[in-house]
Amino acid sequence: MLRFIVRRLLVTIPTILIVITITWGLIKLAPGNFYSGEKRLPPAIEKAIREKYGLDKPWYQQYGKTLWGIIRHGDFGTSLRYEGQSVNAIIRRSLPVSAAIGILAYLLALIVGITAGSIAALKQNSRWDYMSMTLAMLGISVPNFVLGPILVLVFSLSLYWLPPSRWGGFPSRNLILPVITLSAIYMAYIARLARAGMLEVLRSDYIRTARAKGLSEKDVLIKHALRGGLMPVVSYTGPALAFLLTGTVVVERIFALPGLGNYFIQASLNRDEPLIIGIVAFIAITLLLMNLLVDIAYAYLDPRVRYH
Amino acid sequence: MNTDVIAETEYVRGTSLWRDAWRRLLKNKLAVFGLIVVILITLASLLGPAVIKRTMGFTPDFIPTHDTRLIGSFPPFTGPDGEFSWTHPMGTDNAGRDQLARVLQGGQISLFVGIISTLVSLLIGVSYGAIAGYVGGRLDNVMMRIVDVLYSLPYVIVVIVLLSMFRSQTPRGQLVLLFIALGSVSWLTMARIVRGQVLSLKNQEFVMAARATGVSARRIIFRHLVPNTLGPVIVYATLTIPQIMLTEAFLSFLGFGVQAPLASWGSLAADGIQNIAIFPWQLIFPGVTMALTLFSLNFLGDGLRDALDPQMRTT
Repeated sequence: MLRFIVRRLLVTIPTILIVITITWGLIKLAPGNFYSGEKRLPPAIEKAIREKYGLDKPWYQQYGKTLWGIIRHGDFGTSLRYEGQSVNAIIRRSLPVSAAIGILAYLLALIVGITAGSIAALKQNSRWDYMSMTLAMLGISVPNFVLGPILVLVFSLSLYWLPPSRWGGFPSRNLILPVITLSAIYMAYIARLARAGMLEVLRSDYIRTARAKGLSEKDVLIKHALRGGLMPVVSYTGPALAFLLTGTVVVERIFALPGLGNYFIQASLNRDEPLIIGIVAFIAITLLLMNLLVDIAYAYLDPRVRYH
Repeated sequence: MNTDVIAETEYVRGTSLWRDAWRRLLKNKLAVFGLIVVILITLASLLGPAVIKRTMGFTPDFIPTHDTRLIGSFPPFTGPDGEFSWTHPMGTDNAGRDQLARVLQGGQISLFVGIISTLVSLLIGVSYGAIAGYVGGRLDNVMMRIVDVLYSLPYVIVVIVLLSMFRSQTPRGQLVLLFIALGSVSWLTMARIVRGQVLSLKNQEFVMAARATGVSARRIIFRHLVPNTLGPVIVYATLTIPQIMLTEAFLSFLGFGVQAPLASWGSLAADGIQNIAIFPWQLIFPGVTMALTLFSLNFLGDGLRDALDPQMRTT
């Protein structure tokens, strides 16, 4: 097990460095910079600012400084657009917003998805099966930027039940629509995965053995079938996290939430280089560490994985 | 006498893999529904704008500057005085442009991006997977490790950085950038699938025969192995198109994808969301058309998988 973890770490750390390097490279290779926008600064002032932020140094020094700051101090630098604010402060401020809707959406997706998928598998080819699988297909096909506004239209602008947008702290009614919008597609994926996994497991020999030795149907399903049948759902956690992160970008945009995704889009539009690199690096580190945890959990649950 | 026998045997044709699959596909009602809707939407997108030009006399970007009453967003089937009218079945946008024509033209771009980017991803994925699978050994190991690493990247985030940094001055340039960006991040699963197929094929007799007669490795890969992986490749390509279309719409919605005057379903929806409270039809029509297309493509892809590859029938 320890060897497995070490091996995974050996892949994870270079990957994080690769992401940071790719982002950094893309930004530096692209024509123009933060100061080449519509409002040109007088050359003397631009020169002074560039010196202040170390942008006058050769590229390898800038790259080294960025990387060293992240590795040594966990310091992502200072934003160009939000003057005087460190990237770390911006992340600290916006992360709770993204994390709140992301985690709630994932939990909702797990609960609804696993329930719907398992029932669909147990009653294969029943009306319930067809209905939930059609709904799941709908969930995969309706883009969240269509679903979100339609929910707002119905529940906020017509029925006046829920607030249409803005951050209202945690917990608050403002969270309901963004969380549903974000979780729809994962609910759908998880339902499909759970159904497929359960169908396969229910046909397997060990379930037949469990039934043959006279276990109650409830024990067979909950203690034996679920554990094996939900393996695909566990292995989907990694990709789901990545997609949740990108999903929050749109959802935060629709519902005007001050989360990480919204700052990232703003930073990309403004060419706020340190903020872009900081958020990308932060996302990459979070994502890859989460993936590592999922891998370890997976190896723990399924001993076959460790020997591959 | 002898010729008769030959003639008779010719009539007894074995069913080929493809014919068999086609028959199975036709039995799947949802897949047939998907196939029909996809064909209809494709045809409507390709021909619709021209037909509207012929019958109604306006193009998708026609702004009725001759009559200021017509400039403004009208609900579906409604004229400027609120009376019933067939002129704009999907209503108009803020500038008085016909929504139906715009949605159909947007469909051209969305489908085009979906198909071209899928071809790009196919080209990369199939070659990569086939080479890794056929050569095997250490090269295979390294190539697949790279795929594993790329898999865990937050690639959409990197694509946003790429698209916003290298934002092209022309809409066409941006479109090309979009093809490259979308195609180059969506080939990973394809590579894995093709590699798996090639691994199971490369020790079969026909490959051994080809090798024994001195066929070059490149020719074996692309003439003998790749054609035999076609089934799963077609299935996965069908499922890649809606995924790419969704990513394109997502990027266009955020303002990084298709640039005006070109429009895709995603960018139309982004325009529409500005006015959601007053003119909801500006978002609903492009959004629902897109959802219907993706829904149909997904059903078609699932149906193709069941038809072409009964062993893969899991989800």
